[in-house]
Amino acid sequence: MSIRIQKFYYGDIPEEKSGAFMPSSMANEASSGWPLWEVFIRSKQGLDHKHAGSLHAADAAMAIENARDVYTRRQEGISIWVVESKYVHASNPDDAESFYDPASDKVYRHPTFYDLPDEVKHM
Amino acid sequence: MTLHDLEKSFQAKIDAEIKIEPKDWMPDAYRKTNLRQISQHAHSEIVGMLPEGNWITRAPSLKRKAILIAKVQDEAGHGLYLYAAAETLGTSREQMIDDLHSGKAKYSSIFNYPTLTWADMGAVGWLVDGAAILNQVMLCRTSYGPYARAMVRICKEESFHQRQGFDALLVLSKGTPEQKAMCQDAINRWWWPSLMMFGPKDSESTNSDQSMKWKIKRKTNDELRQHFVDMIAEQIKLLGMTLPDPDLKWNAEKMHYDFGEINWEEFWNVVKGNGPCNKQRLEARNKAHQEGEWVREAALAYAAKKAERLQKRVA
Ligand SMILES: [Fe+2]
Ligand SMILES: [Fe+2]
Repeated sequence: MSIRIQKFYYGDIPEEKSGAFMPSSMANEASSGWPLWEVFIRSKQGLDHKHAGSLHAADAAMAIENARDVYTRRQEGISIWVVESKYVHASNPDDAESFYDPASDKVYRHPTFYDLPDEVKHM
Repeated sequence: MTLHDLEKSFQAKIDAEIKIEPKDWMPDAYRKTNLRQISQHAHSEIVGMLPEGNWITRAPSLKRKAILIAKVQDEAGHGLYLYAAAETLGTSREQMIDDLHSGKAKYSSIFNYPTLTWADMGAVGWLVDGAAILNQVMLCRTSYGPYARAMVRICKEESFHQRQGFDALLVLSKGTPEQKAMCQDAINRWWWPSLMMFGPKDSESTNSDQSMKWKIKRKTNDELRQHFVDMIAEQIKLLGMTLPDPDLKWNAEKMHYDFGEINWEEFWNVVKGNGPCNKQRLEARNKAHQEGEWVREAALAYAAKKAERLQKRVA
């Protein structure tokens, strides 16, 4: 595709004005540095762990310590999970339409599908 | 689907305000623009620690020192959020760091100006973080999901940065004649470079507005800059100081402040690497990276050894 961004926006110095880089390979090549970890944080007792972001660390202990420094500087969490990103498997967004299709025609799974008389209370 | 169809459905998603996620199909130019912008933004956060780090050991009180450390630590965090967002587009951390250190990748020119007095810590927080916040608030709604999420996190942390800066200046503005003079001097030096942070005038750009169409950006440079001027021109009254622009004047018709012409020659000069501190900043980054090399290696070796031991125990 030949669209070129040439407008110089705040925070985006265009290619011809700098040596802005083009990564040699767009592929997710294994980096020689520390592996990538996904961080999940429980913000409060009773709530689920929620994805907060990712970071690099040499091992799990370091990942947890770094996650504390990066994601909980203002008491945003009381529990941290980390998992090496390579172990996360994801559904394919290209298949989303067919993958989630079976649920789309089953409105009767929702309470609002049932039109009951107003006299029925507490249901 | 043909490329044309893919592009059409991509644009339809953008138009419908549906965020783009890392594994979604996206045009090459969209990927590259985001990559460039997010990594430049990350570099700015990291290099931005240097001018302020300069004053940590010389802060005038323990309270100011603690505040400054907290702010600089936040900026490190911002850099990390953004590097992680950029990595989702298919580059590696090493690649980005290498490009920063070789001078290939850019960062905001504002950090190529020196921080000469303590008052600069106030002016940087108030003006530089203030200008950055306007851009970042807009970016909370940018179309690329990981970038938008990083921005939301960053914006939550930024507002203290601006407030502590104003607070520091407020104290100086009520101090001795020397402190007042120092306060005014810092404002004088940081005002114009802060305005330059918003980039060239909209009229300078003749090319198509692809970044707007893709909703990477939602406001133009001039819109953001005007907003900033209107905000600061009012706030400075509370400091009893002045902005170094004789043309600054309220325009009742436009309901905005008019302001003078920016020195664009200076702007391009600093972008091209000839600012007062470009060389010093890159040297500092390179030195820190090189001196940390053995730590990175040792951590990896330690992790490998621990994993090996665990394996043996299991076997
Ligand atoms: Fe920041
Ligand atoms: Fe900041």
